[in-house]
Amino acid sequence: MPLELNDNYTNAALRVGDVDLYPQRHVGEFIGIVVSNARINDEYKHLVLKVHEQALKAYAGQMFHLLCPSPDGAEVWMRRPMSVYRVDKAASEVEFLYKTEGRGTRGMAMLQPGDEFNIAGPLGVGFKLRPSWKNIVVVGRGVGLATLAPLSQLAAEQGVGVTAILSARHEGVVMSKALFAELGARTITVLDSDGSSAVENVERILEELIADGKADAFFTCGSNRLLKLMQRLGKKHNIPGQVAMEQIMVCGFGACYVCVRTFEVDGKRVLKRVCRDGPVFNMQEAVGW
Amino acid sequence: MVDLSVKIGDITLQNPVTPASGAFSWEYNDVIDLNRLGGLVAKTICREPRLGNPTPRMAETEAGIIQSIGLPGKGIEYFVEHIVPEYAKFTPPLIVSVSSESIEDFAALAEELSVPDVDVIEANISCPTRNASGGNFAMHEDYTRDCITAIRAKTKKPLWVKLSPNAGDIVSIAKAAENAGADALVIANTFLSLKIRTDNFRPALGNKFGGLVSPALKPIVLRMVYQVAKQVKIPIIGIGGVTKAEDVVEYMLAGASAVGIGYAGFRNPTTLVSIIEDLEAWCDERGIKKVTELIGAVRDHDMETDTLVAASAGV
Repeated sequence: MPLELNDNYTNAALRVGDVDLYPQRHVGEFIGIVVSNARINDEYKHLVLKVHEQALKAYAGQMFHLLCPSPDGAEVWMRRPMSVYRVDKAASEVEFLYKTEGRGTRGMAMLQPGDEFNIAGPLGVGFKLRPSWKNIVVVGRGVGLATLAPLSQLAAEQGVGVTAILSARHEGVVMSKALFAELGARTITVLDSDGSSAVENVERILEELIADGKADAFFTCGSNRLLKLMQRLGKKHNIPGQVAMEQIMVCGFGACYVCVRTFEVDGKRVLKRVCRDGPVFNMQEAVGW
Repeated sequence: MVDLSVKIGDITLQNPVTPASGAFSWEYNDVIDLNRLGGLVAKTICREPRLGNPTPRMAETEAGIIQSIGLPGKGIEYFVEHIVPEYAKFTPPLIVSVSSESIEDFAALAEELSVPDVDVIEANISCPTRNASGGNFAMHEDYTRDCITAIRAKTKKPLWVKLSPNAGDIVSIAKAAENAGADALVIANTFLSLKIRTDNFRPALGNKFGGLVSPALKPIVLRMVYQVAKQVKIPIIGIGGVTKAEDVVEYMLAGASAVGIGYAGFRNPTTLVSIIEDLEAWCDERGIKKVTELIGAVRDHDMETDTLVAASAGV
């Protein structure tokens, strides 16, 4: 085998169709091929990536660690963790919905169909549905909705009813509404532009859902304000919940202890690793940010 | 096919590629077959459970990342009872990194870690954000000598000593460690660094200072390995900026017997396996029968490295 240097620093990442010499793996490093990378609106893009079948094990709430191309010629040194938006097993594709914000996502936005993109994953503990839950409530804001969207896929598969409260600045940036609806979720949009996203209003909606027996469990991502509200209502009505969190991350495997956050467990403050202990955590243990 | 095995004192590594302490754990078994590595290197363990430093613990710079983690862990008792057995499931030797702020406690920890499943004690006397008199002993010859002498008296395990690139004269410190009984030298820990944000004027890391981790370190650490290898007899493990098989070759030519890899494994979690395969191919293409032929094989015999001497000789 001639030794070839490559931009990926590795010759052991899996491409579509490769035979996996370590099939017992939980996590892979994959070189996917960009199928499309379409702009959804001024802020968001939607990446579809053809990947090796080992990458399709990802479930709702899990992440991939993305080796983003440079947007500016200078090196992007670390991967960027991003939750998976959708897994299409039949097409052998994983999808990401992202906001172009920092250097990593700006580089990612430049990917063209046919380009290679190196992703490592799936990482972490995702959302879990208990068999006793018949109806769940999902409340998300901004890009947090991309993390929550696949939960509706999971719920649909298990016959669980979903009410999704989608919070955003204005109608133009309400993300994932179509995907939630397509998967049978009832959606309620609340906006800053008409004041309906105010905590008091969301609280009123949640209280109604609880009274109607539509809230066996709470799920959230993307807003500290909404997390605090759901923690309060969860405690009051004894409703369990899960929250997806993010943090600056390096290794993704639990080794480096960069991505820790504070949690309160049995009255004690502890640090947990978002990459391995999360990114989905018990809502009541989250201290917020 | 090339024989990739190397000896570090009494320990044989099946190949010269190991992870660097702090950049690895048994959890990497999720993504690569750990039985293919030259060694397994556990994250530095301290006596008491520690939470570590405030976040953010990592920041990107123009040429690598800086990080300051603060040696979090569950303490030595938990480590010996629960973590060592996780590593013992795999075949490569287990190298356990250890640190303390006092020399007496350092030696006592090394003694308590000398259990059957631990193959090597790596004395991390070079944590960059600690003081020279309290954990970063490798900043100074005398502290290094005293610390390694004390550890040597308490353990019969192979003792590797991790040196600091932040010391003024690493060769003197390497000799002090060798004379005090080190079986091998690990060169080097990370470079003490600082990043200040221009948006809010604050240091980017929660602990203010951090260690620089980057491929940019390779030429600097390679120079240190070269200089130390000329002056000591014990083996050297080179750590700093290895991202590909040729980098392993380069460190071995400079005098290292093995390498440690940190950053590249963060960037590409499969890279350690890739580098081992590529190193094998590299040697086979050149008809190299034993990788140990590369150790110290740099062709520098006819070169004058002292520029003053060179200038006076009219070179």
